[in-house]
Amino acid sequence: MPQVLRHTGWMVVRQARNLMREPIWIAMMVIQPMIWLLLYGQLFSKVTALRGGASSYVEFLTPGIVCMNAFFGGTWSGMAMINDLDRHVVDRFLAAPASRLAIVLSQVARAGITAILQALILLLVGLALGVRVHGGVLGWFVVCAASALLAMVFSGFSNGVALLLRREASMIATANFVGLPLMFLSSILLSTALMPGWISAISRFNPVNWGVHAARNAVVVGGDWGPTGEFLLFLVAATAVTCAFATWTFRAYQRSI
Amino acid sequence: MDAIVAEQLTKRYKTVQALDGVSFSVRDGEVFALLGPNGAGKSTTVRVLTTLTRPDSGRALVGGEDVVRQPGRVRRAIGYVAQDSGVDWEATGRENMLLQGRIHGMAGRPLHARVDELLGLVGLDEAADRIARGYSGGMKRRLDIAIGLVHKPRVLFLDEPTTGLDPEARAAMWVEVERLARQESLTILLTTHYLEEADRLAERVAIVSRGRIVVEGTPEALKAGLHGESVSVELRDSDGRLAEAVQVVQALDGADEVHVEGRVVRARVPNGAQAIPTILSALDGRGFPVASVTTARPSLDDVYLHYTGRDFAAEDEEHTPVARAWGR
Repeated sequence: MPQVLRHTGWMVVRQARNLMREPIWIAMMVIQPMIWLLLYGQLFSKVTALRGGASSYVEFLTPGIVCMNAFFGGTWSGMAMINDLDRHVVDRFLAAPASRLAIVLSQVARAGITAILQALILLLVGLALGVRVHGGVLGWFVVCAASALLAMVFSGFSNGVALLLRREASMIATANFVGLPLMFLSSILLSTALMPGWISAISRFNPVNWGVHAARNAVVVGGDWGPTGEFLLFLVAATAVTCAFATWTFRAYQRSI
Repeated sequence: MDAIVAEQLTKRYKTVQALDGVSFSVRDGEVFALLGPNGAGKSTTVRVLTTLTRPDSGRALVGGEDVVRQPGRVRRAIGYVAQDSGVDWEATGRENMLLQGRIHGMAGRPLHARVDELLGLVGLDEAADRIARGYSGGMKRRLDIAIGLVHKPRVLFLDEPTTGLDPEARAAMWVEVERLARQESLTILLTTHYLEEADRLAERVAIVSRGRIVVEGTPEALKAGLHGESVSVELRDSDGRLAEAVQVVQALDGADEVHVEGRVVRARVPNGAQAIPTILSALDGRGFPVASVTTARPSLDDVYLHYTGRDFAAEDEEHTPVARAWGR
């Protein structure tokens, strides 16, 4: 196995293990998306117009919340990089023959894996609330893929920012600055048809929305996979771009020490 | 053979010339100290030698490999214990070491055996499976060293290994380093701003000041190079006339390198016993009440002053953040 994959694997294990030791983090990871789902699901359940063609608002909302969760997780994942920089763990790896790429990619991979786990939890909660995944096994797979890719797109971005700014406060500000606008510029909460024209136009270029469309199609429609495949491919391309950005900022960091 | 060779290294960070032509070499199996105040360029030198940063010019070989052309080979040959601990706080001591070993290409039973051996060697066997967050400062430092040694490096870099430790932990660390140097037959490059530490641990010392090596040699040779002894006269009350007191002493025959630290006037003289009466009567004649007088063989402190013309403690203060000064 190539060194970069082996090293990435170990570093993902390290990060995952460290996270598993934070009971609060696990609780937040599991409970928070459920709260979104239950809260929004109840709040807007009477407004039938919101849900497009879905049979219930919860069914419409579940894939949206999966994506919201994934991309929020991604935007915050640079915090772990800041922590490793602050604790000089990164420098320790750099003075050892650690794969440089693995130091960055492991953060992104970890964000992707976390997002898949959260997607599965949310789908299970959705099932309990009467949601049907119309796409069947393929549908589940597409939701997980969209979720993982979204998390990775924003994790690459977030880690790049972390390596450029290297300060927790700046990272928090950036995550907040990016997170909420992108959420409201997407069809997470309501169908594109209801958006003002300009928002609908912008949302077409919003990676969050690519994920939402793919995941929603898998849950609500469960057919006509062509556009879904395209959206997933866009996300793969976006992941490549943001990971390249993170790698570039990592080189900049190396030059600065 | 030389384990480390540095030739005319220079490095500039924006407005600061961190290295201004650093050259030295460390023999195989030797403990070598770079001694200097904060901001002298010690850590930058270590970052160049450990491949973390590239020099602007100059050349460096570690274990016979060029740090710029063959950084991968250098990384495999060295252990690096940075000034700031690189311990992963959320992992156990053992997990920290296992990951570092894997990065160095170790695996399976040999890796676990090596980790066990080192945990015992640095006295962390009982704490090995606890999360490092709960370790004391001294324990984290020992874990840092154990992490640096997992892959049996030939050369170990210890950047300020005892900064931030209390005196007791520092003394324990010195014993540790001495033992490791012997048992692991290591070449050690140590940086420190504690004169005492360099004196105690290093076979040879290079004094670094403002990006240059000012002088190098064994601590004994450096001290012997300064003839005579140092005399310290503590004034009871100087009434702001310290400068005058310095002038008085300076005017005396044979008194050299006269300077002030607090209310203490220090000078180097050929013979302490002979000089003391002369100094005391001269000060008394000008109305300076003296609290105490001591003489001492030259210390590395005096060596530093002699070669840089600057007082070590004052130089160190200039670059020391307040928080760190409090920690000492």
